[in-house]
Amino acid sequence: MESKNNWKAWLYLAPVIILMAVFTFYPIINTIGISFLKNYDSLMHTNDGFTFDNYLEILMIKPKTEIGVIKVYITDFIQVALPNTLLITFITVPISILLALAIAIALNSVKFMQKIFQTIFFMPYVTNAIAIGMVFSIIFDNNGIINYLFKTNIAWIYAGSSGSNPSYWAALFALCTYIVWHSLPYKILIFLGGLQNIDGQYYDAARVDGSNKFKIIRRITIPLLSPQILYVMITSFIGAFKEYTSVVALFGGTGSLTKTSWGASSMLTVAYYIYNQMSKTNTMQYAAAGAVILFIIILFFTLIQKIVAKKRVHY
Amino acid sequence: MKKRIDILTQNLQVNHSKKNVSSFESAPIVTAPILVSANNAPLLTGSTKELRLVIKNEHQSTATKEHFTTAGHIISLILTYAFLVFFALLFIFPFYWMIITSLKSGDEIKGFSTGGVQTFWPVNLVNNYANLNETFAFGTYVTNTLIVGIFSTIGTIITCILAAFAFSRLEFKGKDFMFTLLLSTMMIPGEMMVVTNYVSVSNLGWTDGSATGAYLAMIIPFMVSVFYIYLLRQNFMQIPNELYLAAKVDGKSDWQYLWKVMVPLAMPSLITIFILKLMGAWNSYIWPNLITSGNRSLWLVSNGLRSSFSTGTNFDAYGQQMAATVLVTLPLLLIFIVFRKYIMRGVSRAGIKG
Repeated sequence: MESKNNWKAWLYLAPVIILMAVFTFYPIINTIGISFLKNYDSLMHTNDGFTFDNYLEILMIKPKTEIGVIKVYITDFIQVALPNTLLITFITVPISILLALAIAIALNSVKFMQKIFQTIFFMPYVTNAIAIGMVFSIIFDNNGIINYLFKTNIAWIYAGSSGSNPSYWAALFALCTYIVWHSLPYKILIFLGGLQNIDGQYYDAARVDGSNKFKIIRRITIPLLSPQILYVMITSFIGAFKEYTSVVALFGGTGSLTKTSWGASSMLTVAYYIYNQMSKTNTMQYAAAGAVILFIIILFFTLIQKIVAKKRVHY
Repeated sequence: MKKRIDILTQNLQVNHSKKNVSSFESAPIVTAPILVSANNAPLLTGSTKELRLVIKNEHQSTATKEHFTTAGHIISLILTYAFLVFFALLFIFPFYWMIITSLKSGDEIKGFSTGGVQTFWPVNLVNNYANLNETFAFGTYVTNTLIVGIFSTIGTIITCILAAFAFSRLEFKGKDFMFTLLLSTMMIPGEMMVVTNYVSVSNLGWTDGSATGAYLAMIIPFMVSVFYIYLLRQNFMQIPNELYLAAKVDGKSDWQYLWKVMVPLAMPSLITIFILKLMGAWNSYIWPNLITSGNRSLWLVSNGLRSSFSTGTNFDAYGQQMAATVLVTLPLLLIFIVFRKYIMRGVSRAGIKG
């Protein structure tokens, strides 16, 4: 009986195991493999053997080509993509978590129109990231509504009438605004779900104690919501490190990114770097190395958060 | 002991005077109940803090205090609603601006030739939808998206049902290990897989530019979702064991039990998965962009939308661009309005387990 069941169970699992073996498990190992191959050619499947150079080159430890005294480095990854990604992450994640928390707490404290607000606050989640990103690029246009309302003349997305490119911080501001706007709904939903599960007795007890609102939030709501906060923190860190679509949506297609005259060229992210390298047949090994580095970064930050959480999260 | 009582009474007096200062004259005298509680043995041995607590309780029971808190409550309620309305407007604004801009002329969008004046309602209504098909072949993109979306969704649902059944109902060696292994892949960024998968599908000849190849490349790798297996397994586990045993007594096989009993019972979850997965296809950009690259006739909606328009070049195209984004956004919003419950429940399910 047992062995029969055993055999049957694997049959039920077979489609998933086969598909995941081909498109998930094998790729993980193979990508790590490619990242250690010298001059890998994805079309001909040729390579010049094992090497650490791909990592050393994209991390700018070693020049890509060296002819005499002229050393050519790959600067995109370490000087542009990585700092951009870290900045985006450490700007958008705390801001969006605090905002989502404030909105969820406010939403949880009202009854009238709660459902309507809840629906409105979830709308950005069910929209196409590319479509709304393009709307944001119109909003942040040189002649757009933001410049009109705030009486500014800032080039956010592309070069202004004076011909000057958008400053780095202007482009980053527009990008982060969009990312925060787009990432809030999910966080609000998770926080609100957590808040609604908190036993009302805690609040009654606190009120009897005469604690004020902010004390209640700090001493009761936040600790009891800590599992959700940890979950949202981990998922939004991962999401922010993989930011790509928002850049494409706001600043233009993949092609425009190679133009140095565009604001977008300075908004290269790690994920964007990986996809850029993939579109060329002879740079696949850099894409693979970039993907492995991205994985290590994500793993590192997830572990740190789990370690911190061990002390702070109350299950 | 005597000393402590003294301190307590001093505290009482302090509190009394404070009470008077904060204009609570009309409050009933609270000395009596406090004396009663002060005579209670447990309170005497307690700290001064406990006594204060009693006093505060008395405060709250008075009518004036209630008036005071009601006023405070109303103010905080107004502030809360103001906060919510402000953010609700920020959430809605891009949608509003998208629709408004799709009805404006290019001249109006760039703030008229005089420069910089934005209108919150179109001065001249322009139908930017009329000739949209020349630049943005919405029909083609929708067809592609639906083919890819529906097939990958059906595939996902079938593989998920089978796997979730095995994980929830059947006993076999290595069950926990397999489940943990699957879940652990959720932590690995998709970019790790995409690099190799891109090579794999070109090896399979799926990137030769043919429609079939492109469809297969966009469907087959996406016929599994660990998250939905997890979601469905949770749902299957809630179905009582007695049903399974009853079906066994009736001589039903596992296979029959799965499709006749479990699947109908898990229908709400399956609808959630169906909608979320279909929406995923509608929103997918990265992988289709790699697979179809320049081949317009194979683009999905997101690719068509981004690649048909450019930013910052042609103001006359801005109206059309926004008309196209309205077309792409509207179906999603309609689905959201109809299936709100399913979508929000499915999305929030992820956070409950933490």
